[in-house]
Amino acid sequence: MKVLLVCEYREGKLLDTSYELVAFADTLGAEKVAVLVGDEAAVPQLDAPVYLADVALCGEYNPAVHKAAVLAAVEKEQPDYIVFSHSSYGWDLAPRVAVALKVGQVTEVVGIVDGDFEVGCCNAKMRRKVKPTTARAVLTLQAGAFAAVAPQAAPRVERLEVAIDGQGLTFVGYEAAEVKVVDLTKAEVIVTAGRGVGKKDNISLIADLAKAMGGELGASRPVVDAEWVEHSHQVGTTGQSVSPKLYVACGVSGAIQHLAGMKKSDFVVAINKDKDAPIGEMADVLVVADVLQFVPVLTAQLQG
Amino acid sequence: MKILVCIKQVPDMESRFKPAADGLWFDETDLAWRMNEYDEYAVEQAVQLKEQLGKEPELTVLSIGSDRVVEAIKKALAMGADRATHIQDAAAQQKDPWQIASIITAYAKDKDFDLIFTGMQSQDRGSAQVGVLVAELLGIASATTVVDFSFADGVVSVKRELEGGIKGLVSLQTPALVTCQLGLNVPRYPTLPNIMKAKKKEIEAIAVDSLLSEQAIAPTAQVYAPVRKGGGIVLEGDVGDMVQNLLGILKEKTAVVV
Repeated sequence: MKVLLVCEYREGKLLDTSYELVAFADTLGAEKVAVLVGDEAAVPQLDAPVYLADVALCGEYNPAVHKAAVLAAVEKEQPDYIVFSHSSYGWDLAPRVAVALKVGQVTEVVGIVDGDFEVGCCNAKMRRKVKPTTARAVLTLQAGAFAAVAPQAAPRVERLEVAIDGQGLTFVGYEAAEVKVVDLTKAEVIVTAGRGVGKKDNISLIADLAKAMGGELGASRPVVDAEWVEHSHQVGTTGQSVSPKLYVACGVSGAIQHLAGMKKSDFVVAINKDKDAPIGEMADVLVVADVLQFVPVLTAQLQG
Repeated sequence: MKILVCIKQVPDMESRFKPAADGLWFDETDLAWRMNEYDEYAVEQAVQLKEQLGKEPELTVLSIGSDRVVEAIKKALAMGADRATHIQDAAAQQKDPWQIASIITAYAKDKDFDLIFTGMQSQDRGSAQVGVLVAELLGIASATTVVDFSFADGVVSVKRELEGGIKGLVSLQTPALVTCQLGLNVPRYPTLPNIMKAKKKEIEAIAVDSLLSEQAIAPTAQVYAPVRKGGGIVLEGDVGDMVQNLLGILKEKTAVVV
């Protein structure tokens, strides 16, 4: 079995998630080959052939050109699986490669169960096994599902030449992340408000608990999108990744992107009226209660 | 100008799910249904574009599924779509993203849509494939995970949401497709007059068989509840008791609360 690892590069650097792809291939016991649109100084350190397309010519985001690079590597190596990270790069590029090859794609693989690929469904409340029927398949891997391996040997780099044609799309550039007003990454205690708090007026209840615990206020994505709390408080893959000693999730259902941002917390308390909410998977203590009833009582006790 | 918005009806994610009897999907009885959240942003963006261009564009909303998806279609019409196409398929949940994209492509290929909006993924299946597949099959440019959209002089300018708060700025020549991320805009609530007006709008019905000629290539083998890892303590019952219990646990297990 042979696996083509589509590594990821941004703003001049190889992304560490590329080594999660290596871990996945090792789990399968497969032969590895990699492809990268990047530069020589940033190739993945891997005892395998690495096909390198020059980012100076291709651009960092240019799906038509990157697709051509991946297809060129597929043509040379005839892999069984073509594997991406499930990231803004991977979920954008993977279907383009799948349709060009007319092969099945399995999105956001979390594990391998009895030889089948396991993915989440219904907001991680259920699991689904997917069985591609095509001879080869495209996969994207959930961030963190396969623990990254350490960089290994220097690879055997082979240059790829690809035609540069954006086909109607132009990458203009990056917009930097806004300056963080609140640095949650250093906080020892974070009390996070989720959609379950119901409305903007109730955020003060969660902020009061955060204060009583000597911690910072966090927020899940829906709460930020609804403009109940501003973005610098957002925990998750598109916000901040945090590792406090205590994380208290109030009315947070636990979307995968949120869990990825808080799973390094030492101790997790979840307060949720839905006993089946995915946040329960991550919780050391799950309090099955309405946050609006439970939180004020807890705050009052802490304030003594 | 012609605009297409593709929407899906999904269960409310607060529902309690269990596998269907055949083990190939979840049991659909007793579920509340709503428009896929990502698609609400897609509909809103399309309506905003129509308003920007002085109501000139024709805005079509499309959904695939059984008769119940007409409810989601009606919501999109009440939000401001002009007309709708319901591709009737009582077994849509068994189709994989490749088949769904093939159906939409068969419908759209001779209709010269200038812009197509989809959600970036569905909340139930979460494959994040259909939009990109449709664009590739139609041979038009596409961008995913869009959190900012503008249109001028035939050029679409978007911001893609990348990891860690960074955004990627991309421009697309029409015809083009964008997949919409949460937070792109603030989807409107349909007003009562617009709900009444929507009742008069056309909903064209097409049988799926006339558009589908592809087999599934990534079928679902099984749907099941996740194995609970356990280890966590579950507190239930009286609020006062739970607060005391929790404080006891925090004192014992963490150095934070004393």
